[in-house]
Amino acid sequence: MKSLLHRAWPVAVAAVLAILPFSAVDIPVLFDGPFAQPGTLQLLAMCLIFAGVVQSYDLQFGRTGLMSFGHALYFAAGAYPTCVLVRAGWPLWQAAAAALCAGTLLAVVLGAIALHTDGIGFAMVTLAFAQAGTLTITLNPAGLTGGDEGLVLNGPGLPAWLTGVTNTANLYWLALAYVCAAVAVVWLLMASPAGRIITGVRDDTRRVSVLGLNSYVVKLSVFTLSGVLAAAGGIVYVLTTGGVSPHVASTAFTLTLLVMVVIGGPGTRWGPVLGAVVYTYLDQRLTAVSGAVSVSPGTPGWLAGLLSQPLLLLGIVFILLVYFAPGGLSALRPRKSFGRTDTTPPGDFQKARRRVAKLRR
Amino acid sequence: MTGSLLQVRGLSVRAGSLQLLHGISFDVAGHGTTVILGRDGAGKTTTLRAILGQLRSSGSVCFAGQEVANMPTHALVRMGIGYVPEDRRVFPDLTVAENLRLAERDRPDYDRVYTLFPDLAQRGKQRAGTLSGGQQQMVSLARALLNDNRLLVIDEPTKGLSPAVVTTVTAALAAVARTVPVLLVEQNLQVVSELAHGAVVVNAGRLAWTGNTRALLHDAQLTRTLLGVAARRP
Amino acid sequence: MTTIVLLAVTGLGLAALYFLAASGLTLVFGLADVLNLAHGLLVSVGAYTAWVTATSLGGSHPSTRDIAIAVVAGTAAGALAATVVEVTMIRPLYQRTFEQILITVGLSLAGVALLQIVWGTQPLTFPKPAWTATVSTIAGMAVPNHSLILIAAAATVLIGLTLFLRHTRIGLIVRAGVQDREMVIALGVNVRTAFTVVFAIGGAAAALGGALGGIYFGAIDPSQGAALLIFAIGVVIIGGKGSITGTAVAATVVGLLQQFVNYYAAAGAGDLCVIALLAAVVLVRPQGLAGGKTA
Ligand SMILES: Nc1ncnc2c1ncn2[C@@H]1O[C@H](COP(=O)(O)OP(=O)(O)O)[C@@H](O)[C@H]1O
Ligand SMILES: [Mg+2]
Repeated sequence: MKSLLHRAWPVAVAAVLAILPFSAVDIPVLFDGPFAQPGTLQLLAMCLIFAGVVQSYDLQFGRTGLMSFGHALYFAAGAYPTCVLVRAGWPLWQAAAAALCAGTLLAVVLGAIALHTDGIGFAMVTLAFAQAGTLTITLNPAGLTGGDEGLVLNGPGLPAWLTGVTNTANLYWLALAYVCAAVAVVWLLMASPAGRIITGVRDDTRRVSVLGLNSYVVKLSVFTLSGVLAAAGGIVYVLTTGGVSPHVASTAFTLTLLVMVVIGGPGTRWGPVLGAVVYTYLDQRLTAVSGAVSVSPGTPGWLAGLLSQPLLLLGIVFILLVYFAPGGLSALRPRKSFGRTDTTPPGDFQKARRRVAKLRR
Repeated sequence: MTGSLLQVRGLSVRAGSLQLLHGISFDVAGHGTTVILGRDGAGKTTTLRAILGQLRSSGSVCFAGQEVANMPTHALVRMGIGYVPEDRRVFPDLTVAENLRLAERDRPDYDRVYTLFPDLAQRGKQRAGTLSGGQQQMVSLARALLNDNRLLVIDEPTKGLSPAVVTTVTAALAAVARTVPVLLVEQNLQVVSELAHGAVVVNAGRLAWTGNTRALLHDAQLTRTLLGVAARRP
Repeated sequence: MTTIVLLAVTGLGLAALYFLAASGLTLVFGLADVLNLAHGLLVSVGAYTAWVTATSLGGSHPSTRDIAIAVVAGTAAGALAATVVEVTMIRPLYQRTFEQILITVGLSLAGVALLQIVWGTQPLTFPKPAWTATVSTIAGMAVPNHSLILIAAAATVLIGLTLFLRHTRIGLIVRAGVQDREMVIALGVNVRTAFTVVFAIGGAAAALGGALGGIYFGAIDPSQGAALLIFAIGVVIIGGKGSITGTAVAATVVGLLQQFVNYYAAAGAGDLCVIALLAAVVLVRPQGLAGGKTA
C-alpha cells in the first residue's frame, strides 16, 4: 500500500501539471495571471525545462560524485545545432535528431578525455572544455551561431503547432514531457542494478573494481547519458524561448545548475527538481519585477539595480543555504514525509569523495 | 605509574554503507609496547586512524585522562603523540632535513634521532623520494622520535623491508620503548615477540582477543585461529 | 621579425597575467583541494580598486605616481578581500572541501552581479599615464611598455613566491601539504594558518594581475575576472597541481601559443588551441607538467 502511494504520487503530480493549461485558477502574487495564460505557462515551462536539465546534472553530480563545471556545453549542444539547422531549412525533427547526436558525440569524446582526471581536476577540465564551446559560439563561424547576439529560431521546418503565443500550451506540454522523461530515466536507472553500481562508484571506487567493473566505463556511461539528457533539454529550451544566446554555454550557466542542485539536495529523489523550480521561478520573477519597478518613478536606483541582477540575492541566499541547510531544501523536510532516500544523504557525500581520493593515493 | 595511558571504548567507524569497526575496546599501558594484531584488512590501520582523529568515529578515546575522540588530529598530536603511518608516507619531494624540520615541535632532539639512525645525518640534503624503503622508514620513525612524546603510534614499521633493516628497526623500537609507551601494529610475529607486552587482536572490525603477547604466541591453536598463521616458537 | 618580437613580448605579457592569476589558484588547489571559483572576483577587486583610486587621484590622466599607488591599493584590496573571505567563509567549513567550493561558487555569482550593479555591465576605460601605451626600444627592438610592466611584476612575484616556499616554515608546510596534507596534519601542524596565508598571497597576486591587466587591456569590465580565471585554470591543469614552477612554464606556453595562433591563424583560434593543448596534457600527463613538485 505504502509503496503504491509512493509510486502513485509522482504520476499524480504529472497529471495535475498536465491539466494546468486548462485551469483558470489565478494565484495573485505568485503569478501575473491565471495558469492558462501564455505568460504564466511560459514561466512554468522554463521551470520544467530546468528541472529536467538539473536532474540530468544531478545524475553525474549527486548520484555518481562527478563534479562537472561544463554541463552547459551539452545543453548548448542541443540548443545551438537545432536552431542553426532549422534556420537552414531542416525539418525540426531532423534538426533535433542531429543535435542529439552531436550532444552524444561531444559527451563521449570530451568525457573520455576529462575522466582521465578526477575530483577538482575533472571540474577544471570540464570547465575548460565548455569554454571552448562558448568561444566557438562567440566566434560566430561562417555567421552560423550569431556571435554574442545569439540566434532567433525561425525556418520553414518549424511546425505551426509549436510557434506563436497561442500555442504556448503545446510548448508547456513538451517541457512537461521532457522533465517526466528525464526524471523517469534517472529514477529507473538508479532503481536498477546499474544504479547500485553507480552508487558504488560514488561511495567507493575500490569496491566496484573488486566486482570486476571498470569505474572509468561506468563514469563515462553516466557522463554520456547525462549529456544526452541535457542536450534534449537544450532542444526543448530553444523551442520554448524561440532562440538561444551564448549564455547557455557559459560557466555561469553551469554554476546556476550546480546551485539549483545544491538548493534542492544532491542525490535525492525530489531535490534537484525542487531546486530547479524554485531557482528558475525566483530568477525569472525577480527580473520581471525589476522591469516593472524601474519604470515606476520614485524607485531608488539601488533597489532597481538590486532587482535587475537577481544573481546577487540568489548568490547570497545560496551561500547562507550552504551554511545553514547543508542537505538542501529536501533535507529540511522530515525524512518520513519525504519518503525513501535513494542514496546516502548528501552529508556523507563529501566523506565518500574524500575516501575515494584517499584510496587513489 | 602503571595505569593505562590510552583507553579505547566502543570505537566504531563507518565508511558510507560499510561498517569498518564494530565497537572496539582496549587499553594501552603506560609503559612498554602494546601490539594490535590481525589479518590483512582486519581493521588495524582503521583503528589507529580513528584514534588519531583521521577518521570520524563514535565511541570514546581517552588519552592521558582526557577525552580526545574526534579531536582535530594536529591538536591531539601536539598533546604528545608521535605517529608513524603505514607505508611510511615521507614527503618524497622534500629533503630528509626538510621532512624532519616539518615534524619539529617545541624542543626537537636531533641527537636522539641521529644516534638511532646515523645514516640520516649524512643524507640531510637528499630528496626523501630517492631513499630506499628502509631509509624512508627511518625518516618516518625519526619524525616521530624527534619530539618528546607521551605515546608513539606505529603502523607496520617492518612492512616490505629486508631482514637486515627489520633488525635495525626492531632494535630502534626496542630502545625507544624503554622510555616511551608504544602502540604498534605489526605482522611479523618474530618482531612482535621481541617487542610487545600487551596484545590486542582484531578480526573483521571486531575485537577478537586481548591479553598478554607471550600467552598468545605460546598457544599455537589460538594463534592459528586468530591470525591464521602458525606461531613461531620464540 | 619585428612582428615576431612584438607578438612574443605581448604574449609574454599575457603569460604574466595568467601567471599572476594562476599562482594563488594552484597553491590553494594543491594545499586544500579547493577550486576557488571566486578567484576571478579577486582579479576584479584589484582592477576596480585600482580604477577607483587612479580616477580619484588623477582623473583620466593619472601620473605615474598615481597609477603606482592605484596598483598597490588594488593589490592590498585583493589580499584583504581574500583574507576576509577565507577567515569568515572558508575556514568555518574546514576540511569540508565540497562546501568550500560551493561558497566560492556563490561568491563568484553574487560578486559579479554586485560589480554590475555598482559599475554597470559596460567596460570602463582604465586611466593610465601616456607612457604605458607607448613602446621602449630594447636592443633595437620596439617593445610595448604595458607588457614589460606585467612581465616585470610576474617575475618579481615568481621569485618572491619561490623564496617564500623554499625558505619559510609556512612555505615548507605548503610544499609538504601539496604532497600529502593528511600527513602534515598528523605531524601536529595546523595547516589552517598556512592556508589563510596562501589564500591571501594568492588574492594579492590575482588583484595585482587585475590592476595591471587594466593597463594592459586599457579597459576593465565585470566579466574580465571570470574570463581570466578560465585561462588560469587551464594553466593550473597544464602546469600541475600546486606547482609554482609548473605554473610559470605553463603560463608562458599558453600566453605565447595564444598570441601567435590568434595572430597567424584567426582571432579566437589561439584560445581554442590552448584548450586543445590542455586536452592533450590531460591525456598524456594527467598530473600536469610538474606532477606534484611545488617549487
Ligand atoms: N576509507 C575506506 N573506505 C572503505 N573501506 C575501507 C576504507 N579504509 C579501509 N577500508 C576497509 O576496511 C578494512 C580494514 O582496513 P585496514 O584497517 O586498513 O586493515 P588492516 O588491518 O590491514 O590495517 C579493509 O577491508 C579495507 O578494505
Ligand atoms: Mg594496515
